[in-house]
Amino acid sequence: MGRETVLNIVLFAMLPATALIALLLDEPFIITLVTKAAILALAGVGLNIALGLGGLVSLGHAAFFGIGGYAMGILASHAQSYTPLMEVPFLIEGTKSMLIIWGVAITASALAALAIGALSLRTTGVYFIMITLAFGQMLYYFAISWPAYGGEDGLSIYIRNDFPGLNTLDPIQFFAIAFGVLTVVLFMAARIARAPFGLALSAARQNAERVETVGLAPFRLRLVAFVISGAVTGLAGALFADLNRFVSPTMFSWQTSGEIMVFIILGGVGRLFGPVAGAALFILLEHLLGGLSDYWHVYLGLLLLLVVLFARGGMIGTLAGREVAHD
Amino acid sequence: MTDAVLNLSHLHKSFGALKATDDVSLTLMPGEIHALIGPNGAGKSTLIKQIAGGLRSDSGTVEFAGRDVTPLGTVARARAGLGRTFQISSLAMEYTVLQNAVLGALGQEGGVMRFFRPVMKDRALVDRALAALERVGLVDQATKRTADLSHGQRRLLEVAVALTLAPKVFLMDEPMAGLGASGSKRLTGFLDDLRAEAPILLVEHDMDAVFALADRISVLVYGRVIATGTAEEIRRDPMVREAYLGSEDAA
Amino acid sequence: MSLILLIEQVLNGLQFGVMLFLMAAGLTLIFGVMGLINLAHGSLYMVGAFAAAAVAGWTGSFVLALVGALVAAAAAGALVELLVIRRLYDRDHLDQVLATFALILIFSEGTRYLFGSFPLFLDIPAALSGPVRLPGGIYYPLYRLVIIAAGLLVAAGLFALIAKTRIGVQIRAGEADREMIAALGVDISKLYTVVFALGAALAGLAGALVGAIQSVQVGMGEPVLILAFVVIVIGGIGSIKGALVGALLVGLTDTLGGVLLPPLFGIFMEASAATSVGSALSSMSIYILMAGVLLFKPSGLFGGT
Repeated sequence: MGRETVLNIVLFAMLPATALIALLLDEPFIITLVTKAAILALAGVGLNIALGLGGLVSLGHAAFFGIGGYAMGILASHAQSYTPLMEVPFLIEGTKSMLIIWGVAITASALAALAIGALSLRTTGVYFIMITLAFGQMLYYFAISWPAYGGEDGLSIYIRNDFPGLNTLDPIQFFAIAFGVLTVVLFMAARIARAPFGLALSAARQNAERVETVGLAPFRLRLVAFVISGAVTGLAGALFADLNRFVSPTMFSWQTSGEIMVFIILGGVGRLFGPVAGAALFILLEHLLGGLSDYWHVYLGLLLLLVVLFARGGMIGTLAGREVAHD
Repeated sequence: MTDAVLNLSHLHKSFGALKATDDVSLTLMPGEIHALIGPNGAGKSTLIKQIAGGLRSDSGTVEFAGRDVTPLGTVARARAGLGRTFQISSLAMEYTVLQNAVLGALGQEGGVMRFFRPVMKDRALVDRALAALERVGLVDQATKRTADLSHGQRRLLEVAVALTLAPKVFLMDEPMAGLGASGSKRLTGFLDDLRAEAPILLVEHDMDAVFALADRISVLVYGRVIATGTAEEIRRDPMVREAYLGSEDAA
Repeated sequence: MSLILLIEQVLNGLQFGVMLFLMAAGLTLIFGVMGLINLAHGSLYMVGAFAAAAVAGWTGSFVLALVGALVAAAAAGALVELLVIRRLYDRDHLDQVLATFALILIFSEGTRYLFGSFPLFLDIPAALSGPVRLPGGIYYPLYRLVIIAAGLLVAAGLFALIAKTRIGVQIRAGEADREMIAALGVDISKLYTVVFALGAALAGLAGALVGAIQSVQVGMGEPVLILAFVVIVIGGIGSIKGALVGALLVGLTDTLGGVLLPPLFGIFMEASAATSVGSALSSMSIYILMAGVLLFKPSGLFGGT
């Protein structure tokens, strides 16, 4: 077993271990923090499919995070006010079912990723970065200026949504849901990376010309990766909104996009567990430094700068050494 | 007479005032090695891109096994059966040698939109890749990172990836470069046999290899084909001697 | 909609566009010459605005405030280039994005630490305040007209700089070929610092000029930065001319969209719905413009192939 594998197992076990210890010590706030880390890690795992595997530096993933969040907010707000979402041409009612909300969040963000990806992927490099950033911002302003769902103020949902057989308002049970989703998605991301699709996608990142020469279209590979990536980040958005019982345009903001990317970098680009390490570290820093100073973002900025300039493998790269090629 | 597998007719390409490709027509017949030679800057790279689909021609057509592929891009031409190797190795450098070959096999067999089963456990793909590596003598290096290969080995891997595609035509851009004397000799022998599988359009600077292998040779100078013929005819052609072989005056 | 209102809005759009040009010109120059994507360009805009507000607060002079903004932004730009940016030129875009994102965090929180969270205000100088009467009986704020004029003047100066001066030759050479510029015997690292500081100064100037119309606060730079990105994407990366055309297009679209779309929807919708749909759509209009340009010209109106 390689060092990275050991490290991954430790990292992965750390989340539930922390949550359980917090449960024993009766510290629900810490459970919530760990839950937040798990959900943000999920968003990072989503972006990492596009960024780490596909080399697509999307600075607009807040778009999908926000769409997931608003899918939850809109459906739940209609359920809580007992007003249908729409009546013509057919009746759609709100829902408090987490599973249905997830389905809608995944579908909506996948569709948005399809549209944004189809346009943005016509370009590469810096253009791609700027365009994804711009589309994210477009949705941000849309959310602000669309008054039906709270506009700038956002939407509050009073009660967490339902999950069959669990009490979602109990922090540890909600943590279990978030962690369960993260586990499933990590497993799927690991499979995708090693599947034929992952081989071709990652080859297109390394050398697009090579992929074309063997008769595979990089655009299609990247678009599919972008859609999967957006869908996962959208799911994370729905969970994040459920955690806070609140959605606002902030979820769409460019800072959110930047932070999701920061998780990946702090952990290590292209590493399966990079976003888990990065998100956990981010939450830890936010909690520790945020307690020390109101200006903790300065320290975050400095840390990020140091990682980018001097420790490009991120946490996992620094601890586990160079990535070995897959078998 | 059998039909040409690859048929270029009246290709043109200009960059501003520079005519990089000037009314080039040539054919590649089944079972033949057709070498394309010419001094640096003659427009070989441009012509290769026009054939492979990376560069759109200003006018003229590229026909491939009787099918007009002029409007198609690189991907579609590869799917139509064009196996290309690059002058400067164009491989996925982070991958192992085997992974690069499997990528080729995947391109040939299709099914890239599979998301669950590990590709390196796909027997059919891996076997096909290994068989290609075996043929170029790289099977011992299969687990090595491509970035760690020598330049000559990368050349061979390029050829192996092209083999996994089971193409109808090979388009090889200086496969001998960097191989060294013994390596070039081995590859010469290999290409000699390969022509029976699919004809080869060979762009090469190594004149020993060209004159040993080529059924026909075309000479490209300033974007124009100034002569096409057998090795013997090309050697004797006064225009070629003047324009290209020049002062060497050898052979 | 009256004609007067329309002309007013066109002028507003021009003013906005000219400011965007000052931002976009620096960005596109820095990208064209150094191949660097700089997210922290918005921070330099903010630095200019804060410096102007601070200097105006001490001295009461708007001219000195503008000078202060230029100097502070150029100095901050040069400093950042020397300390951080020059390590990023041969890195990939991801590293550039992250490092400059980190710079935003540092700049924003640093400014918040120095000046607090409350917005500052920079007054329009008395000589430039108040409306002026234009031909046709339109009253329009003099200051905004001055901004338009100043912006166009800077644009002209920039074109002249690039077309006629030695440094312009070096910049054009650098865009064409990095090795060529070394062959010309130019000290590249000095040129890079100068270009970066120049871009920063333009951003700082924009921040200061806009600071007098809007409030000066932390985070003011990023929305403008993102719009400047839209401008560059539309105009084509590396092209100053593209930046100018793109900036004016975006400025006009954004301003006129906000005014024209709600009444347009009012024609076939009830008033309140029309307002909400219209304003939501107008907030998206420049991005729709960008998407449209991308469909037909993926590398922008004046971009290379």
